Amino acid sequence: MIPEIGHFALILALCVALVQGILPIYGAAVGNSALMAVAKPAARTQFLLVLTAFGCLAYAFADKDFSVLYVAATSNSQLPLHYRLAAIWGAHEGSLLLWTFILTIWMFAVTLFSTHLPDTMRSRILGVMGLVSVGFLLFMLSVSNPFERLIPAAPEGRDLNPLLQDPGMVIHPPMLYMGYVGFSVAFAFALAALLGGNLDAAWARWSRPWTTVAWCFLTVGIAMGSGWAYYELGWGGWWFWDPVENASFMPWLAGTALVHSLAVTDKRGGFKVWTVLLAIMAFSLSLLGTFLVRSGVLTSVHAFATDPKRGMFILAFLAVVIGGSLLLYAWRAPRVGLGGSFSVLSREGLLLANNVLLVAAMGSVLLGTLYPLFLDALDLGKISVGPPYFDSVFVPLMTPALFLIGVGPLAQWKQAALPDLAKRLRWAFGVSIATAVALPFALGTWTPLLSLGLLLAVWIFSTAVVGVRERVGHVAGDGYVARLAGVPRSYWGMLLAHCGIAVFIVGVTMVKGFETEQDVRMNVGETATIGGYTFRFDGVQDVMGPNYTAARGTFHIIKDGRETAVMYPEKRRYTAQNQVMTEAAIDTGFLRDLYVSLGEPLDDGAWSVRLYHKPFIDWIWGGCLLMALGGVVAVSDRRYRPAWRREPQTVPAGARLASRQIA
Amino acid sequence: MTSRQKRFAFIGLGLVVLGVATVLVLNAFQKNLVFFFTPTMVANGEAPKGQSFRIGGMVEDGSLKRENDGLTVHFVVTDTAKSVPVTYKGILPDLFKEGKGAVAQGQLAADGTFVASEVLAKHDENYMPPEAAEAMAKAKKAKASGAQSSNTLVIQTQ
Repeated sequence: MIPEIGHFALILALCVALVQGILPIYGAAVGNSALMAVAKPAARTQFLLVLTAFGCLAYAFADKDFSVLYVAATSNSQLPLHYRLAAIWGAHEGSLLLWTFILTIWMFAVTLFSTHLPDTMRSRILGVMGLVSVGFLLFMLSVSNPFERLIPAAPEGRDLNPLLQDPGMVIHPPMLYMGYVGFSVAFAFALAALLGGNLDAAWARWSRPWTTVAWCFLTVGIAMGSGWAYYELGWGGWWFWDPVENASFMPWLAGTALVHSLAVTDKRGGFKVWTVLLAIMAFSLSLLGTFLVRSGVLTSVHAFATDPKRGMFILAFLAVVIGGSLLLYAWRAPRVGLGGSFSVLSREGLLLANNVLLVAAMGSVLLGTLYPLFLDALDLGKISVGPPYFDSVFVPLMTPALFLIGVGPLAQWKQAALPDLAKRLRWAFGVSIATAVALPFALGTWTPLLSLGLLLAVWIFSTAVVGVRERVGHVAGDGYVARLAGVPRSYWGMLLAHCGIAVFIVGVTMVKGFETEQDVRMNVGETATIGGYTFRFDGVQDVMGPNYTAARGTFHIIKDGRETAVMYPEKRRYTAQNQVMTEAAIDTGFLRDLYVSLGEPLDDGAWSVRLYHKPFIDWIWGGCLLMALGGVVAVSDRRYRPAWRREPQTVPAGARLASRQIA
Repeated sequence: MTSRQKRFAFIGLGLVVLGVATVLVLNAFQKNLVFFFTPTMVANGEAPKGQSFRIGGMVEDGSLKRENDGLTVHFVVTDTAKSVPVTYKGILPDLFKEGKGAVAQGQLAADGTFVASEVLAKHDENYMPPEAAEAMAKAKKAKASGAQSSNTLVIQTQ
C-alpha cells in the first residue's frame, strides 16, 4: 500500500510539474499575472508530493519490504537501518528520486527567498525548474520506477554493495546532488534572463548566491567522494581520474568558471552572454554526470544499449535540455548584450583568462572521459585514458590559472597597469620564489613539481596577505581591528576560498613528493619501518559484524621508541553476497596519515600487508572544506541581503573601493 | 588602441590559449591512450612491444601461484581460446579470484609473460569486468566463425 502511495504521489507531482512548467512561462510571456501566480503554490505542492514519495520509499526500506523490486535489489534484512536508508540512493532508480527530491527542495527554497524578484522573473525561474522536473518524473515513471513491485516478494534482499556500506556513502551522494541540482537554479536564472531578454547587474546579484551555494555543496560532495575512495577502496589513493569522478569534476570546473564570470557581470555588467553560456554548461554537465554514473553506461556501453528504452530516454532528455537551451541561447543572446569594454590587463581580462583555462581544463576532462565511450559504442576498439593523460594536461593548464589567483584580486577593473602591479606584488613574488627554492632542499628532495607546487601555494598565501593589507588601507575606520571588520565578507570569502586552494596544493604536492608505500609479507611479531614509523604486526583475530565476519589485524606503531598508535585494519566478508572487502585502518594526523590495509592470509598466520605513510594528505580535503567555507562566508555578505537594497543611501565598502579604483 | 583592435587582440589571445591547450591535450592524449587486447590478439602478436596495454579475460583455474615472498604472484589469463601468463608483484584486489574475470595493465616481457603493473577488478562477485567479458565473447565468436569457415572450405574442396 505504502509504495503505491509513493507511486501515486509521483504521478501527481508530474501533473503539477507540467502545470508549473507551462502556465507561469506562458503567463510571463503574455503578461498575465494570474497565470504567473501559479508558479509559487505549484512548486510548493510539488515539493510536498515528492517528499511524500521519498518518505514512502524510505518507509519501504525501513520496513524491509522486499516486495518492492528496488528495495530487494539494494538492501538486506541484516543491513543496519542507517545503511538501509542510505540504500535509497544506492542504485539508479532511487538516485533519480533523490535527484528529483533535491530539485524540489531547491524550488521550495526559491519560492522562499525570491520575494524581492520581479514576478515575471520568478515565474520564469520556477517554470524552467518545473520543466526540468517534468523530465525526471517522466523518466522515473516510464522506465525507472523505484516503486515497481516484485511479485511474489523476495524472501531476502540482495544487499547493498559492501563498498557503499560506509558513513561517507550516506552523506556523499546527497551533498553531490545538492551541488548538481543547485546549478539548475543558475540554469533557470539564465534561461529566465534569455526569455525576458533582460540581463543586468541586478540579475547577476540575485543569481550569484544561489550559484555559490550550489558550488559549495558540489565542492564538499566531491571532497567527500575523494575521502571515501581514500579510506574505503584500500589503495590509499585520493583521486583516480575515474570516469565516475570526472563526471562530478566537470560541472565543478564549469561552476567555478561561472562563479567568477558572475562576479564580473555583477560588479561591472560585463561577460553577460558568456555567463549565461556557462550557466547552461554547468547544468548540462551536471545532467551528464548524473546519467554517466547512474545509467550503467560506464560499466558497459553495450549493457546500456541493451536497455534501449532507458538509454534512448536519457539521450533524448539530454538533447532536449542541452539542445533546447543552446537554441534559446543562439536566438536570444544577442538581445542580452555584451557589457562594457575593458583592456587585456584588467581584472576582467584576468578573470576571462581564468575562465578560458577552466573551460579548457573541463574540455580536456570531457574528452578523456567520453572518447573511450564513443569508440566503444561505435565498436572501434576498447581503450582507456589513464591518470597520466589527465596529469600531463592539468598541470600546464592549471599552473597559469593558479598564478592568476594571486594577480587577479589585486588588479583594477577596466584597466590595470603592469608596473604598478609588479611593484605591489614584488614581495610576495620574492617570498614565493625563495620558499620554492629553499624548502625542498631543507626537506631533502627536489623535483620540479615539488618546487612548482610550493611556489604556487606560497604565492597564493602571500598575495592574499598583500590583498588584505591594501584593503585595510582603503577601508575607513579607527584602528586596525575596526578597519579589518570593515572589509566586506564577500572579500573574506574569496580569500578563504583561494587559500583553500593553496592548502589543497600543499597537500597534493607533499603527498606526491614524500609519500612512501610498501607491500610486505609480515609474520606475527614482525616489524616494518616506513617514514620513520615502525609497524609491529600482532596477528589477526576473528570478529563478527552485523552483516559480515571479519579478520581484524592489530598493528602497534612505534616512533622513537614510543608507541604512538594501535591500528586495526580488517578484512571483511559480507555474508549476503559472500563478498570480500578490505577495511583499511588510518591514523590521522595534522601533518601525516598512517595507513594499513590487509592483503591476503599467507602460511602460519602471516599476512601480506600494505603500509603507507602519507604526509599532509588531510590538507587536500581541508583545502576543499576551506573553499566551501569561503563560499558560505561570501554568500553571507550583506550586499546579497534583500533588506539592504531598500536603503539606497548605504554604499557598501566594496562599491566604494571599486569607484575609487576606477577614478 | 581602438576598440576594434582591442577586440582583435582579445580574439587572438583567446585563440592562442586555446591552440596551446589543444596541442597539449592532443599530445598527452596520443601518448597516454591505453589499448585493450584479448589473449588471442596477444598470442597473434598484435600487441605492441615495450608499450603499456591492458589484457582481460578469465583467471584460469589452478593457475595462481605465489612466490615465497608472499607478494609476487603468477597466474594465467585466458579467453578460452588462447592464454597469457601474467606476473604481478603486490597485493591483489579483493575480488581477484581463479575462475573469475580480471583485467591487468602492464607490458609484455621478452619471454611472452605479461608483467602487470596493476590488476583491476572493479566488479562484484557475479559480474565480469566488461573488457574481460568481451574478450571471452570475441574468442567464442571467432571459434564459431572459424569452425564455419573451415566447413565451407571442406565443402569447396568436395
